[in-house]
Amino acid sequence: MSPTKSDHKTDQYRRKFLAQSAAVAGLSIAPGIVLNQVAHAKADSDKASDTNRWGMLIDTNKCSKGCTDCVTACQDENGWGTGETHSSKEQQAQWIRKVTITDKQTGHVQSLPLMCQHCETAPCVDVCPTGASMQRKDGIVQVDKHICIGCRYCMMACPYKARSFIHEKLELQKATAPRGIGTVESCNMCAHRVDKDQNPACVEACSKAEHGAMIFGDLKDANSAISIELKKHGGEQIRADLGLNTGVRYQGL
Amino acid sequence: MKKPVFKQIDGNTTNYWMLLALLGGFVLAAIGSHFYMEHGGHYVTGMSNQIVWGLPHVFAVFLIVAASGALNVASISSVFGKTAYKPLAPLSTLLALALLAGGLMVLVLDLGRPDRLIVAMTQYNFKSIFAWNMILYNGFFAIVAVYMWTMMQRSMNKYSKIAGFSAFIWRLMLTTGTGSIFGFLVARQAYDAAIMAPMFVVMSFSFGLAIFMLVVIASYKWTERPLGDATFNRLKNLLGVFVAGVLYFVIAQHLTNLYATEHHGVEAFILRDGGIYTNMFWYGQIILGSLIPLAIIYHPATGSSRSAISVASILIILGGLAQMYVIIIGGQAYPLELFPGKEVSSSFFDGMVNAYKPTLAEGLLGLGGFAVALLMVAFAVKVLRFLPESLADEAVDPHHIK
Repeated sequence: MSPTKSDHKTDQYRRKFLAQSAAVAGLSIAPGIVLNQVAHAKADSDKASDTNRWGMLIDTNKCSKGCTDCVTACQDENGWGTGETHSSKEQQAQWIRKVTITDKQTGHVQSLPLMCQHCETAPCVDVCPTGASMQRKDGIVQVDKHICIGCRYCMMACPYKARSFIHEKLELQKATAPRGIGTVESCNMCAHRVDKDQNPACVEACSKAEHGAMIFGDLKDANSAISIELKKHGGEQIRADLGLNTGVRYQGL
Repeated sequence: MKKPVFKQIDGNTTNYWMLLALLGGFVLAAIGSHFYMEHGGHYVTGMSNQIVWGLPHVFAVFLIVAASGALNVASISSVFGKTAYKPLAPLSTLLALALLAGGLMVLVLDLGRPDRLIVAMTQYNFKSIFAWNMILYNGFFAIVAVYMWTMMQRSMNKYSKIAGFSAFIWRLMLTTGTGSIFGFLVARQAYDAAIMAPMFVVMSFSFGLAIFMLVVIASYKWTERPLGDATFNRLKNLLGVFVAGVLYFVIAQHLTNLYATEHHGVEAFILRDGGIYTNMFWYGQIILGSLIPLAIIYHPATGSSRSAISVASILIILGGLAQMYVIIIGGQAYPLELFPGKEVSSSFFDGMVNAYKPTLAEGLLGLGGFAVALLMVAFAVKVLRFLPESLADEAVDPHHIK
């Protein structure tokens, strides 16, 4: 049976419909592709290189018991500690905290700052389903807030309770430390400062207070102050039994 | 044995519509709770940076585990060739899919950023057991749906054995994956044990079959279809074996931990000093959820009573929820051991037993998972041929003597 005139007309309609659909689809996808390219523009984290491994050494004997300058400096630098007005104390974020430990046998009391230990084989990075919990080439562990779905599995996995979940909407954030409701965050060794060859805020505050209990530096550089000190006097890891090779080490534990 | 005749339920009764309305009400309450929690943030819940997974996770993990167990009956019929279970195999696949959907709904709606579900579906970190679980869940939907199709469409029947076998393997992987979510947490005293994976598999057998029993008993009673003793006794004896199996794994888990000095602290916490968690363990999980159901199932006076077995099934479900509560919340309540042999204190509650008070919203979200699952089942049995017209002994029992 030969095609009728009406069949031709139907075909034309179909072609027109398909062409229009394609145009609409193209127009819808195009901005996404452009934005995607913008989002994948060279980021600051690209400055990170695996020729470095950033670390910290904390001397608990020099750490003053009543002093919380490192905590305050971290709050000022990264904008946490204020603004979470609805959240309870248990719900408020803490990137770094002072911990007091008392030996049950001897009664010896020590004080030390505790934050993300920037493990080489970080459990939080291993368990994160989307890869939001990630490690830079230079060993700094941090959260990509754009792809964190807020499942909190990293918080379950972290041996140091170093991570916080944001329980409410936040305003007035620091440009260098974006934070967001429903995502997880933690100490990132002030990566934005490290990329500008500055010390993390806590280390700077500790020096300013003339305690000098914190040294920051490159663990891969044998001539860095931290490597020389570690070689001379050693440094322990918290929960060394887990074999995580932490970037933060302690003396005097 | 006759070939089973499957038929939709009539469903044009006031009771049926009231059941749908009740379940629908719970689903709406769950959605409302979700919006309440997401609108301002999780600060309205009892969850915190100390107890990061709460009541929604108790329900979600329970439902996901039970989903795999609901497939028991289908597996026994297809994989192990027990024809007596065949008439109930389609319902078994339906309940498995429905429970998984309910559990996942709760899990997703509790995320900090549920709007980024597409990220979770497209970006995988293959070292994460969580990422593997997402693949296992999606795969379970696909495989069980195909399995259901092979059973329900006559021309596809010849493939039902292979589909059933695939579904059986997959459901074992799925529950192993769910158990491993906890087994792989090296840092927490209460988890970090390989036994979690097989224990979750046996838990799935028990919880899933308990829910299946209730669905079968209720739907046959409400539709006034015959349910013979042959089917009933087989299912309840199986349930007894599974409950005993879970008990065995729980005993093995705690005995192993009690032997190692480093675990004495967490064991004392769960078994003796943990307050709500200790009570939930002994009264909820062990006595109400295991020992009493076992007594009901095996005692001659109660073992053949439909209502007694229904009570036993409800107790097994409540005991299972208690077990999940002890594992998930109790495991987090016990403080992380950062400095063994030392007392620890800080502004971030180090060294303290963490408190958790679940809120109504969390509870409603969790119950919504159950409601979604049951609503799906209630709807599906009305529109499709899932339920055999008769489960009377002469219809199902190959050895039945008139």
